Amino acid sequence: MEDNMRLRIAKRIAKELPENSIVNLGIGIPTLVTQFLPEGKGILLHSENGFIGLGGGCCFDSSMSFAIIRGGHLDYTILGALEVDEEGNLANYTIPGKFIPGIGGAMDLSVGAKNVVIAMEHVSKHGEPKIVKKCSLPLTAPKQVNLIVTELAFIRVTDAGLVLEEIAEDTTLEEVIKNTGAKLIVAEKLGRF
Amino acid sequence: MKPIKTPQQAIEKMKDGCSIMVGGFISCGRPLACLDAIYEKGLKNLTIISNDTSKEETGIIKLVMAGRVSRFIGSYIGMNRIMGEKMKSGEVKIELVPQGTFVERVRAAGAGLGGVLTPTGLGTAIAEGKEVLTVDGKKYLLEKPLKADFAIVKANKADKYGNGFSAGSSKNFNVAMAMAAEYVIMEAEEIVEPGQLDPEKVTFPCVFIDALVQVAKPAKGGK
Repeated sequence: MEDNMRLRIAKRIAKELPENSIVNLGIGIPTLVTQFLPEGKGILLHSENGFIGLGGGCCFDSSMSFAIIRGGHLDYTILGALEVDEEGNLANYTIPGKFIPGIGGAMDLSVGAKNVVIAMEHVSKHGEPKIVKKCSLPLTAPKQVNLIVTELAFIRVTDAGLVLEEIAEDTTLEEVIKNTGAKLIVAEKLGRF
Repeated sequence: MKPIKTPQQAIEKMKDGCSIMVGGFISCGRPLACLDAIYEKGLKNLTIISNDTSKEETGIIKLVMAGRVSRFIGSYIGMNRIMGEKMKSGEVKIELVPQGTFVERVRAAGAGLGGVLTPTGLGTAIAEGKEVLTVDGKKYLLEKPLKADFAIVKANKADKYGNGFSAGSSKNFNVAMAMAAEYVIMEAEEIVEPGQLDPEKVTFPCVFIDALVQVAKPAKGGK
């Protein structure tokens, strides 16, 4: 995906983060969110290797770091994904038959954070939808995703299903639906970003 | 007082087939002097318990490349191709654990607990073959304690009682691992007399440490 598309996703997510929230950013697109964090909003970054805040803040060991994550003290985790489905199931750590790089903090983050935000390309390298009816890849965590942001769409996971709240300024509703493998409930007031 | 040893003396009790916890997160807070001594001694058939294998071809990876590691327990091995190849060939038996579960299993072993009840991994492949318990209506996975014969950990500063201070994010897995092994070796860049390390700044209480190893400070810019 082109850089400007990746930056668009990061920018939209940064806008979503409330004042004084504690946020953990995964690698890839999530890391780009730092470029758009507004000054004075008091957002603090948590990193699983053991700190909150840079230049003032605090540091701790891994047990404490994951107590913060698992114990529900982290407001947001921004993660990449291979697949997300209608129930908010997340698959992002392995493709069967391929090398398993590991799990790292992904399972704890998706289970523990109050809000799980997925930042990813709308379709795979092969053009296949990554937002699907039911995940086919091994799950990182069931029913934990709250929000999906791609270069095309801003989708909230609700009990009723996936609600399409906003689409990108240079796309159409038809294009978004065509590239999504799951049922989308289109919001009454469909926004643009 | 704890004995101050050379890396070679400190690892003297290690034998082929033993299990060793190695502190550190990627290249931060790694006890490299003891890893080098293990390599030089030619120890083999080792079980290495460490969050990751780091990026560099030093430390754990050097042991893996030499075929000395038969089992690895950790959370992430994607930093280099070597572990992938060893996993594929079956030369190294690899057990992957979610990072939070990994550290808490180690801590449980050191804290005298019979395991950890965690929601992490429920409904995933990690839960296969494990007991699920319901506490106050909520489901948890039972994860068992993880201990080792030896642990090697890294501190910035230690006193001769074995109290240690670790700066910033170099605390990582070192703290839990210092609690969870039969024999614990702490590498420190500075070893001072008792009383010269502020008790308020102790990361590792001395009770966990069996031997100290004085190591050089890394070059400026290193960790």
